[in-house]
Amino acid sequence: MSNLLSNMLSPGFFFSIFRISAPILYATLAAIVVEKAGFANIGLEGLMMFSALFGSLASYYSQSWLVGFLVALLVGVGMSLLMGFFAFQLETDIILVGIAVNLMGSGGTLFLCKIITDITEGKAMASTTGLITSKLCIPNINIPVIRSIPFIGRVLSGHSLLTYTAFLMCILTSIMLYRTSLGLNIRAVGENANAAASVGVSVLKIKYIAIAFSGLMSGFGGAFMSMSYAQGWSQDMVAGRGFIALAAQAMGGGECLGGMFSSLLFGFAQALGIKFSSVGLDSNLASPIPYAITIISLAIFGFVRISRAKKPKVAA
Amino acid sequence: MGDEANREEYIVQMKKIDKVYSNGVAANQGVDFNLKKGEIHALMGENGAGKSTLMKMLFGMEQPTSGEIVINGESTVLSSPSVAIAKGIGMVHQHFMLVPSLSVAENVVLGMVPKKGLFIDKEKAVEITRQNAEKYNLHVEPEMRVADIPVGMKQKVEILKALVRGARILILDEPTAVLTAQETEELFRELTALKKEGYTVVFISHKLNEIKEITDRITIMRNGRSMGVYETKDVSKEDISRLMVGRDVILNVQKDAAKPTDVVLKVRNLEYVNEWNKKMLDKVSFDVRKGEILGIAGVEGNGQKELIDMLFNLNVPDAGEATVNGKSVIGKPQAKIREMGVSLVPEDRMLYGIAAQASIEENVISDRCAKKELNKGPLFHMGAIHKLSEQLVKDYTVLCKSPAQQVGMLSGGNIQKVVVAREFSNDPSLILADQPTRGIDVGATEFIRKKLVELSRSGIAVLLVSADLAEVMELSDSLIVMHNGRIVAYFQDTGTLSDEEMGEYMLGLKEQTPEEIRRVCHD
Ligand SMILES: Nc1ncnc2c1ncn2[C@@H]1O[C@H](COP(=O)(O)OP(=O)(O)OP(=O)(O)O)[C@@H](O)[C@H]1O
Ligand SMILES: [Mg+2]
Repeated sequence: MSNLLSNMLSPGFFFSIFRISAPILYATLAAIVVEKAGFANIGLEGLMMFSALFGSLASYYSQSWLVGFLVALLVGVGMSLLMGFFAFQLETDIILVGIAVNLMGSGGTLFLCKIITDITEGKAMASTTGLITSKLCIPNINIPVIRSIPFIGRVLSGHSLLTYTAFLMCILTSIMLYRTSLGLNIRAVGENANAAASVGVSVLKIKYIAIAFSGLMSGFGGAFMSMSYAQGWSQDMVAGRGFIALAAQAMGGGECLGGMFSSLLFGFAQALGIKFSSVGLDSNLASPIPYAITIISLAIFGFVRISRAKKPKVAA
Repeated sequence: MGDEANREEYIVQMKKIDKVYSNGVAANQGVDFNLKKGEIHALMGENGAGKSTLMKMLFGMEQPTSGEIVINGESTVLSSPSVAIAKGIGMVHQHFMLVPSLSVAENVVLGMVPKKGLFIDKEKAVEITRQNAEKYNLHVEPEMRVADIPVGMKQKVEILKALVRGARILILDEPTAVLTAQETEELFRELTALKKEGYTVVFISHKLNEIKEITDRITIMRNGRSMGVYETKDVSKEDISRLMVGRDVILNVQKDAAKPTDVVLKVRNLEYVNEWNKKMLDKVSFDVRKGEILGIAGVEGNGQKELIDMLFNLNVPDAGEATVNGKSVIGKPQAKIREMGVSLVPEDRMLYGIAAQASIEENVISDRCAKKELNKGPLFHMGAIHKLSEQLVKDYTVLCKSPAQQVGMLSGGNIQKVVVAREFSNDPSLILADQPTRGIDVGATEFIRKKLVELSRSGIAVLLVSADLAEVMELSDSLIVMHNGRIVAYFQDTGTLSDEEMGEYMLGLKEQTPEEIRRVCHD
């Protein structure tokens, strides 16, 4: 037990919290923006899977991480626009579209990986893990001054470029939502689409922008997963982060700052799970820990919110 | 030659307009409608006659199935509101088109936001709002959230929205339905000023007095067809209602003297201070007895809304008590309050009155779906439910294709009828009627007023709040006046009252002695 504690207080542990939180944060921002626009994109998981696969493939074939990264973004945006086309113009239920994308993200990516790379034989699952070398990954960044601060340096410096941009994106998204006319239009469309339409705001356009934004964020998240978090793509590697993000969005009250803290909490839970198994706890016991923490924290937050809402306001 | 001249003076001509909604409702059939520059033009007709539909087409929100729209002599396709806005058309909708969580200023500039670089220039937005509010004399609070402002102000925000976008043709779909007498006066002054400056106004209202007062011409619609255009000065109120309804309408309700008995609703010393530390209810005490209609008169925003909220537990008072037949209603769940026999016709029908996505049938049974008669074991007794809803739709003349139709697709007045049908038919012992005839045509208003009187005479207690002074004075047996959250007057008999006297109490110029007011508590 003391072993675990000392392990937990190490800079490596805190470092891993940020690293694990980053992809969740991207997906959470995606969830926040579409929710503000008045609908839900539950297909984030699937979008990230596709971005992760095509990002790593492009990186391999072009031998450039930058090309891989850009392709991941492109795939995320492209697929989300397609989702929008089905949902907004062909009027399919957006939830069903999301489910379809998730199913394709699980089975379809494996199929595509197999036929594109054609390198696995027999019964082995296709993956791109053998193809991506560390040179083809998103680079890590050492921050000049901070890196040399004791403890803190080892927590904050040396992360993947995409970990830093995740937190940057969080700030930018918040600014976009609350300080720009695009954000105002998104919030107006989400709350009262008729009102927005009646003053000449194109509701369709705003919805497309919102879902494309969610695709872009999924692209970031997917690229991070296959080109930084792991080296290469493998089946179901996103492992529910797209769903956890939906919970983080709700838990953070639909706001960017809240979403960031929720993502960090989930990141902490997963980091803890990993720590537990590393100190010798049976991994069958350790692996549910993050999910248990997720459920418990959701329950607590829900409870707090309800009791706060009920409390009669006090006249000052 | 005369024709030639005419064509030039019309700035809008809608010719032979047909509109069939996707559910098969023919809302407009061969309607001709035109506007002269600088006139105030009334559009009248019963609930569901197709007025809003016609105007939505002029604003580009709906597309005509056939017909032509000519603006300034040019045949125009208004494919979306932005096209209409660009043509100088603005519309204030029957139901608010506002985003509640945004500020007044943000709502006003939505879609045309002033920017400073990449960002919204909030100060500029507030400034634009403030300047226009002053210019057009429409007082609003630019920085408040729309969710927190009273309905009268919301209406002004809507009008500002249209004017700020440069509308020269202003469509107002029942703007006065939510306004008090004073606010209506103010609006009329404003409309007259706009007219002088060459603005053209379409004015939809069910209130004949208003139409006579302010409009130049009237187009009357019935059943989706135009019944012709008239010079306002040439037609009497009776003529108008006959053209609308197709029969004579009795504009005044007949009622015999009330014989009130036991106290049903007893309110004592209710107090409430709102979020902005304004005292909205100040030691409010009164009784409503079986068999009487007690009216509450007062300028809107003087505590009436808060009072009703407390009685139906939509809010909790800081102090005081309210009982129905001896049992407290404060803080009780709405289901319990309904069990005690309390019915509510809420002020905001879209928010508290109905579920817009649900059918008429689902809406009318929503308060009684657990009742024995409507259930067969664990399942609904669909036969009984169909019968009930068909009966109600018939009794309350709700204009619809069938009770299975979505409530949100009904015309505004018919939505109100659905609410009233449910609330009046569940065998209540107390009816809280908050603006029960808001937005309802003369025929239906007559019906609802009669019904209220009938219900009260059959031994039901009625508490009536109405912004329509004529309505409270006429319907109520006795009357209290609220000002600044306090009851400032009680009149046992409304027969002898004059409008002027009421006005003085409503504005707080005059106040009765505590003893006189205390007579409304019948202990
Ligand atoms: N979106 C819609 N879909 C289908 N039918 C509709 C829709 N909107 C209105 N209708 C129907 O069209 C008819 C005309 O409605 P409209 O709203 O134009 O009436 P109105 O004259 O404005 O009545 P009110 O005085 O009650 O507001 C009604 O029968 C209504 O049920
Ligand atoms: Mg209407």
